[in-house]
Amino acid sequence: MTDLYQSQRAMRHMRRAAMQRGVVAILDVGTSKIACLVLRFENTEEAREDGLGSLAGQSQFRVIGAATTRSRGVRFGEVDAMAETERAIRTAVQAAQKMAQTRVDHVIACFSGARPRSYGLAGEIELADGQVSEQDVARVLAACDVPDFGQGREVLHAHPVNFAIDHRSGLRDPRGHVGNRLAADMHLLTIDTNAVQNLLYCIKRCDLEIAGLASSAYVSGLASLVEDEQELGAACIDMGGGATGLSIFIKKHMIFAESVRLGGDHVTSDISKGLQVPLATAERIKTIHGGVHATGMDDREMIEIGADCGDWEKDRRQVSRTELIGIMRPRVEEILEEVRAVLDAAGFDQLPSQQIVLTGGASQIPGLDMLAAKILGQNVRLGRPLRVQGLPQAATGAAFASTVGLCLFAAHPQDEWWDFEIPAERYPARSLRRAMKWFKDNW
Amino acid sequence: MRPLRAPEVRHGEHGLRRDPAPSRLAFRIERLWLTPMFRVAMRVGVPVALCVVVVGGYLANEGRRAAIGESFAELRRSIEERPEFMVTLMAIDGASEPVAKAIRAMLPVTLPVSSFRLDLAALRATIEQIDAVASAELHVRKGGVLQITVVERQPAVLWRNATGLEMLDATGHRVATLLDRTARPDLPVIAGMGADDRVGEALEILRAARPIGDRIRGLVWMGERRWDIVLDRDQRILLPEEAPVPAVQRVIALDEAEDMFGRALVAVDMRNRNRPTVRLAAMGTETENLTGLETKVTGQ
Repeated sequence: MTDLYQSQRAMRHMRRAAMQRGVVAILDVGTSKIACLVLRFENTEEAREDGLGSLAGQSQFRVIGAATTRSRGVRFGEVDAMAETERAIRTAVQAAQKMAQTRVDHVIACFSGARPRSYGLAGEIELADGQVSEQDVARVLAACDVPDFGQGREVLHAHPVNFAIDHRSGLRDPRGHVGNRLAADMHLLTIDTNAVQNLLYCIKRCDLEIAGLASSAYVSGLASLVEDEQELGAACIDMGGGATGLSIFIKKHMIFAESVRLGGDHVTSDISKGLQVPLATAERIKTIHGGVHATGMDDREMIEIGADCGDWEKDRRQVSRTELIGIMRPRVEEILEEVRAVLDAAGFDQLPSQQIVLTGGASQIPGLDMLAAKILGQNVRLGRPLRVQGLPQAATGAAFASTVGLCLFAAHPQDEWWDFEIPAERYPARSLRRAMKWFKDNW
Repeated sequence: MRPLRAPEVRHGEHGLRRDPAPSRLAFRIERLWLTPMFRVAMRVGVPVALCVVVVGGYLANEGRRAAIGESFAELRRSIEERPEFMVTLMAIDGASEPVAKAIRAMLPVTLPVSSFRLDLAALRATIEQIDAVASAELHVRKGGVLQITVVERQPAVLWRNATGLEMLDATGHRVATLLDRTARPDLPVIAGMGADDRVGEALEILRAARPIGDRIRGLVWMGERRWDIVLDRDQRILLPEEAPVPAVQRVIALDEAEDMFGRALVAVDMRNRNRPTVRLAAMGTETENLTGLETKVTGQ
């Protein structure tokens, strides 16, 4: 636990160093594309009390370089072939650097896979001297009983979500309050260590320093949920290529995140298998003609599939759009059903507002919002990421929700557990134990 | 498993798309190139260093340095020695013949010479060292003529001292040495150590004594404090230290009224203003003796 605490703190220091230098790279390692943005932090004006500012606090940075490359060697949002992924990252980073005409050394990365799992933690302490100090906040966070999440898991996010003093709950910032008992709820997100290690290794091989790591479900929620949705409760569903991320927000905090290992690539492979065409053709047919609602008109709309095998019959094949929809719809339904199951398991139906926002590249299938409304509930809308300064038009689509969210994460990270000082009483306990051990070893 | 190595691309084969990813080396080089310090070093530092090395390497050889210096000197000389800049003649105005000769002898210039090499200020200082020259003006005139305009000192008195006879101007500055008093009979004679510092005073006294000017043989600066006027027939007028000119005027007045100097007296002592004293001569032979003595003093 302390190791992780230290490594996360080290990342925070790295982020501060990057801010000082003023240039930081954003790297979104997805299954279908790898996007790299170069941000320049210009006027680091003092953040206001409510975390807002001009342009909702995003005027601090500007995108000066952007590049996207087709992802290689990534499956389900996890690194599959290291060398391929490394090369793809190099391609993206180099192109973005070239556009920015500057060198970046610090990178903040996000990924969608690595099997994220959420835990709700609760901790409680007695307040020694009535008033809550920052030290007390650190103590109560340290007092949270960490569940046994098993071998090979690591904590990616640990957000303090809620504080309660005596019987007053729902405090956002308990410092300065007076009471006897301080309780905290914390949201912990764990991921597979191996998957993240692979990604870190790939980035290290590109001579880049990691200044932060985030789950793409979380950051796409930051980018595509508007403020009242984050406040009142909403789920952001980031439908990527290989994995569908899912994050639930309430009171501007993420309280749940999960990833379904299904995505747009599965739809493509279904088309490829069903129509017997190569994957590239299937992808093209999906993006141009795809849909999930068949109408009578679609029976008459014939799609040239084409091939170049030399056999006339095979090369002149045509398929109606209805058939295409018939292939795509079950898979999309399956994805949404999975999401539904996860939402149910998370208790999404208990939230006061059950807004669902679909984003990510696969959410651009025409008619998806109507299909999602049938499966997930009535409050469904398609989300696009916020606009940030200097972002090229090509990178403003739904597919770039997590990239843009990562920019916001880089500019204004929420307080996490490791942003508080280690509680003071932990030090003497450990050194006492070390002294005891020394005595035992030597006498 | 598919081969881990990339397929070999044969020359001229276009079917296979090349991997768009940069190699690690290319990636690193590009990052290095995008580093601002490195960029500045390459764009400014390297050319500067290259220039320094090339120039320094060329100049490291003694012979090359000398050759460059020589060619510069040659160029300079070729410009200086163009006929437009050459001075071929020297014209001296306002100087008498011996002074002009002296100037020509003194000037360390052998004509023809380039006007760039002439240091007119130094030449002028040299010319003004000559006692007979009060001031000199030098300029190079059109046509390669070095024009020297000289103002000579005007001798005002002759000063007899231990070494001989000197001509002095009105300020007491030496003009020339005279071998013979008769060469300049128009100038009055003064004598005595330190008399050259008091030429102005002497001239005033002489001006006051003009009525008896034809009888004056000279002035003697006595004991470095006062003047004596020496007349012919061994007569002397002893003047006071202070206000000698009124004393002279009084003597002149006495002379005009009484024809004092026509009488047999040796000296008129005006040193005490309240008590002018006349020393009378003895009879006959003693007058002769005194004349011989006085002749020695005045140098005649």
